[in-house]
Amino acid sequence: MRVGLVIVSHSAALAAGVAELAAQMAPDVRIMPAGGTADGGLGTDFDGVSAALERADSGAGVVLLYDLGSAQMTAELAVESLTTPIRAIVADAPLVEGAVAAAVCAQGGADLDAVGSAAAMAHAFVQGEAFDEMELDRHVYGEGDGLLERAVVLRNELGLHARPAALTARAVAELDAEVSIRCGDQEVDAHSVLALMGLGARGGDELLVRAVGREARHAIDTLAELLESGFGE
Amino acid sequence: MGCSVEDVTAAVRAAAEVVREYRDELVELDREIGDGDHGENLHRGFTAVLAKLDGGGFDGPASVLKVTATTLISTVGGAAGPLYGTAFLRAATALGDASEVDGQLAANALAAALEGVVARGKAAPGDKTMVDALTPAVTAAQSTVDSGVRAVLLAAADAAEEGAASTVPLVARKGRASYLGERSAGHLDPGARSTAVLLRALAEAARR
Repeated sequence: MRVGLVIVSHSAALAAGVAELAAQMAPDVRIMPAGGTADGGLGTDFDGVSAALERADSGAGVVLLYDLGSAQMTAELAVESLTTPIRAIVADAPLVEGAVAAAVCAQGGADLDAVGSAAAMAHAFVQGEAFDEMELDRHVYGEGDGLLERAVVLRNELGLHARPAALTARAVAELDAEVSIRCGDQEVDAHSVLALMGLGARGGDELLVRAVGREARHAIDTLAELLESGFGE
Repeated sequence: MGCSVEDVTAAVRAAAEVVREYRDELVELDREIGDGDHGENLHRGFTAVLAKLDGGGFDGPASVLKVTATTLISTVGGAAGPLYGTAFLRAATALGDASEVDGQLAANALAAALEGVVARGKAAPGDKTMVDALTPAVTAAQSTVDSGVRAVLLAAADAAEEGAASTVPLVARKGRASYLGERSAGHLDPGARSTAVLLRALAEAARR
């Protein structure tokens, strides 16, 4: 049971495209496009959004993302008008980045609030702010705390672009460990697909995978294997 | 004595019909500072409302407004759908199960509509939106509650027209027109205009 997504757009093609893109990175998440008016024109369709909202829910709740002005109002109205007890939130987020971040987060089994936050945090990435840096400090986490590190080399030519970044975030999503990846002088949370993409890591780059927590060893092994696999590319 | 369910139906029908008359003017106003679809969208929505009103079967004034709201929400497509839909929905809630609408209830319904529009669109007076027509309308309505529904709505319509006219020099801060920045000044806001037109039609149709 995972949190579902609804993509509310003025355009049917845009909604379908965003849903397609996000679904590639989160195959088990219900991502429902709700774009255009009922007669196929540009605009937002309240009934279409309401129906998508029902279909996106599997019991864990739904996050709605929108493109422009009235799409937000239609999404909010659809949530307020729900007649069934679905938990839903409208995320204030850039549509594409927000949908990708939310989808990957939902794929990892996160709850409704976490998926909504993942979408909302996409703002910062779009504006080039805060890379959600997450230094696992040696002084805070000593050997005794089980801080583990391993250097790995990215094998695929394109490095951590969207799909590999999503696979990486998903690999650690359900593990009980804080995990970060360092590339050069940047270190980011391995759970965040947008932060991983923001590293700009390319094929041949050496990454430092660091983890602390009960399943740190498992996290390190899993990521090392994945990053060095070339992601099948 | 106030307005019965038949009176309210007739008033909403008159408002819906007047949209057809003003369709082209609203299209033109929206073309200047928006995307030109306001007249078209409202016309489509209120045409659907007329069809629903023909179906009848209303058990009170509130149910007429509620059907109007849900029809607009489902058919308008642009920002006006959720905004007018919310306005009619909140107005319906304010009427409750009253079988007749008096001046006080009409003023309450307008105030509830304004509150809903502000909550939905997050616009404030001066942002060059329908709020600039609806806010003075509510104030005027509240100061005439003892004079009957027709007087309340006429006062509201007068104030809404003045409020709409006051949007001309404003720079838009909400909605599509806000993309234009300073260039939105010098134009009448189409949403404020349609609000004034609808209120005028409701007032003219109110018989008491």
